[in-house]
Amino acid sequence: MEETAAKPRRSGGGGRQCCICHERRPALKRPKTLEQIATFLLRLHEKSCCINRSTEMLALKICRECFYAVFEEEIHQVIVENQLFKPGERIGIGASGGKDSTVLAYVLSELNKRHNYGLDLFLLSVDEGITGYRDDSLETVKRNEVQYGLPLKIVSYKDLYGWTMDEIVKMIGLKNNCTFCGVFRRQALDRGAALLKVDKLATGHNADDIAETVLLNILRGDIASLNHVFTYAYFKKLDYFSTECIYSPNAYRGFAREFIKDLERIRPRAILDIIKSGEDFRIATSTKMPEQGTCERCGYISSQKWCKACVLLEGLNRGMPKLGIGRSRGLNSNQMKTDKPTSRTKSIESKQCGSLDF
Amino acid sequence: MACNGSACQSGCYKNGDELAAPEEGGAAAASNSNSNSSSNGSGNNLCVKCKVKEPFTVAGGGGGEDGRFCAECFRSNLFGKFRHAVTSNAMIGPTDNVLVAFSGGPASRVALQFVHELQYKAQKNFDASRDRSLPVFGVGVAFVDESAAHLPSSDKAMDQAIEDVKSLVLELSPPAKELHHFPIESICSGDSSDQREKLKEVLNAVTDATGKEDFLVHLRMLALQKIASENGYTRVVLGSCTSRIACHVISATVKGRGYSLPADIQYVDARWEAPVVLPLHDCLAQELNMLCHLDGLKTIELPYEPQSTINSLISSFVALLQEENPSRESTIVRTAGKLTPFAFNRIPEINDTNVPLATRRRQKRSSLKLNGSISSESFCPMCYSPLIQSKVQALDTPEASKTNSYIFGSSCCSSCRFQILPQDPLCMEHFYSHLPPPLVARASSGNAHDIRSLREHIQDYLLLDSDNEQ
Repeated sequence: MEETAAKPRRSGGGGRQCCICHERRPALKRPKTLEQIATFLLRLHEKSCCINRSTEMLALKICRECFYAVFEEEIHQVIVENQLFKPGERIGIGASGGKDSTVLAYVLSELNKRHNYGLDLFLLSVDEGITGYRDDSLETVKRNEVQYGLPLKIVSYKDLYGWTMDEIVKMIGLKNNCTFCGVFRRQALDRGAALLKVDKLATGHNADDIAETVLLNILRGDIASLNHVFTYAYFKKLDYFSTECIYSPNAYRGFAREFIKDLERIRPRAILDIIKSGEDFRIATSTKMPEQGTCERCGYISSQKWCKACVLLEGLNRGMPKLGIGRSRGLNSNQMKTDKPTSRTKSIESKQCGSLDF
Repeated sequence: MACNGSACQSGCYKNGDELAAPEEGGAAAASNSNSNSSSNGSGNNLCVKCKVKEPFTVAGGGGGEDGRFCAECFRSNLFGKFRHAVTSNAMIGPTDNVLVAFSGGPASRVALQFVHELQYKAQKNFDASRDRSLPVFGVGVAFVDESAAHLPSSDKAMDQAIEDVKSLVLELSPPAKELHHFPIESICSGDSSDQREKLKEVLNAVTDATGKEDFLVHLRMLALQKIASENGYTRVVLGSCTSRIACHVISATVKGRGYSLPADIQYVDARWEAPVVLPLHDCLAQELNMLCHLDGLKTIELPYEPQSTINSLISSFVALLQEENPSRESTIVRTAGKLTPFAFNRIPEINDTNVPLATRRRQKRSSLKLNGSISSESFCPMCYSPLIQSKVQALDTPEASKTNSYIFGSSCCSSCRFQILPQDPLCMEHFYSHLPPPLVARASSGNAHDIRSLREHIQDYLLLDSDNEQ
């Protein structure tokens, strides 16, 4: 960005100062990000007004302080407008140690103080037992605990299920490992939340994650999940931070992610448009939604006889790694044939909050 | 399992979450153990349908369909899907005059072929019947010539293509079919050079490549409707197949058109004066290609340069997914099929007593399927997609300066406003003045929303004041 001597009180539009304070020099080097933020802001308010969206508006130049202010204010507005929290609630913050969840933890704790939300905040982290990946990020979360003064709870697959991801991969290889991890993580978050006695779980899923999930649900035929994709944690990403899980290179989600990257290059606002489309989908009420019951083995919520995690665990423990993978197999085979939605959907439905399967 | 397990390398969610049921037509099922050439037991290879003949294979591998059907059964399977779509959605009745949109590509070639065969059979039945009670539906062919939009001037390859289309249609008789060669600029007003000029102006005003491509599609539909109304056609047949629809599902999602998506992907779209029907809805592009190959159906390639747009990105993406899993396109369409369609997604009931009772009954039956469909009162004048009623348009300009072009623009959907309409008000004026009359007419037919003034408290949320240069 060009740097000029600050000229006070130059009006917006073609100015060379931060477009907000008009005083400080613009500091942010990523116009693409700002366009996204601006587009997001505009879209957020599109429902109540029609803004003359000239392209000049999107070429925002913004200084660091104003950027922080804008970003934090935006999140505050999302929280307020959607009435996400009530005073006195205990909120678990899903913390992976990545940038998104670190930012989330920081901002939430800031806003909690600044605007007196009256919330009790906790950090909740899941240790899947992946050496060289998770152990590093867990260190970050432990630092967050100290830095932000938020109590931390770590739930590990080893404690909950008796298996680490490393052990699982050793047994089943690299094809279906993501299935295991996803199912286990969801339950782990839930169980951790229950241990902490939290009322709600906040996650740092960003627009890209949501867009990706909308797409994946369309591709996979999972219409019931489309209803539940919209997490209230509508946080806009700052940077694209991709530390991929070391087991992920073959993940199917990679197809969608690559596509979204390409798409964003051509039309940045497409990510938000995907989310908008998802919100506007009208799903026929005749679509079968799962019935809520309990797992016979562990008591966790399940729409089948056994919850998905138990099915998978049984497979692992019996040395039958394919149990629960694929259709019409395993203990729930009869039910699986007739009920189209899976336990994955049921646990999303059963949650009182938006702990989502990504 | 919907996935071709052994070959697929991706660690995808191949578990109960994969809700796609393997389709007969598309899935390379794991049961394909007796597939392709050099495997054990040459005598085991039999057509899965008639179990008599040997399945045909395509050199280099035809993917999902390869080695399952013999040529006869393959053809009859495909035609069966076509005929099922036509009868269960009451697409073509004996009194209808059907306009088949022909692009030269394999899907519309098959649509044309199948409609012709249907008509031919109906004609033979008519000739053979004693009382001649059931008339034969008429068929015409529309070729919308978009060369003015793609090519700088008259082009030899294009002229040849048009000649090829003419001779192709001539061969499809009896019964004879009229060909309507319609240059797309004809929807604009004025004489032919005016029209070309206006078309160029209006296309150049659209800066977004994807927007331009989509805009051309909207114009194409206008052209088809114009041909239909001027020549008394009661139906427009498109060759849109499962693959094309799957791409449309993704592209509509990606453009923020989730609300109107179901309107475009049903078997019937009766928003138009001549309802648009999609009889190849359940056929895959791969199958249609294969049929053209098998039966020597001539297709015509047009000399247009491919554009790099979101649409082309999505085509490649879907093709990639389809390669990885041959039931992907069907899954996408099936998922989107669970979205609630609109009230206009069925053939309107006929109360005309001249129409045979059987036809009327069939229509009644098909319309029952759409219980709970959405009624929509207003449409985007540009793309004719239904608009969400709750969207309130509040604008920040005084009443006096609301020109027609401004009103037009504000009644468009947000997707068209973003990717098609020029942002600058002057460009917009210019653009609007060159638009084809039928498009303009749509906006003023009671579509314009009430203009409300901007609510004060929203101002606080805006980072910039509304640009003061107005």
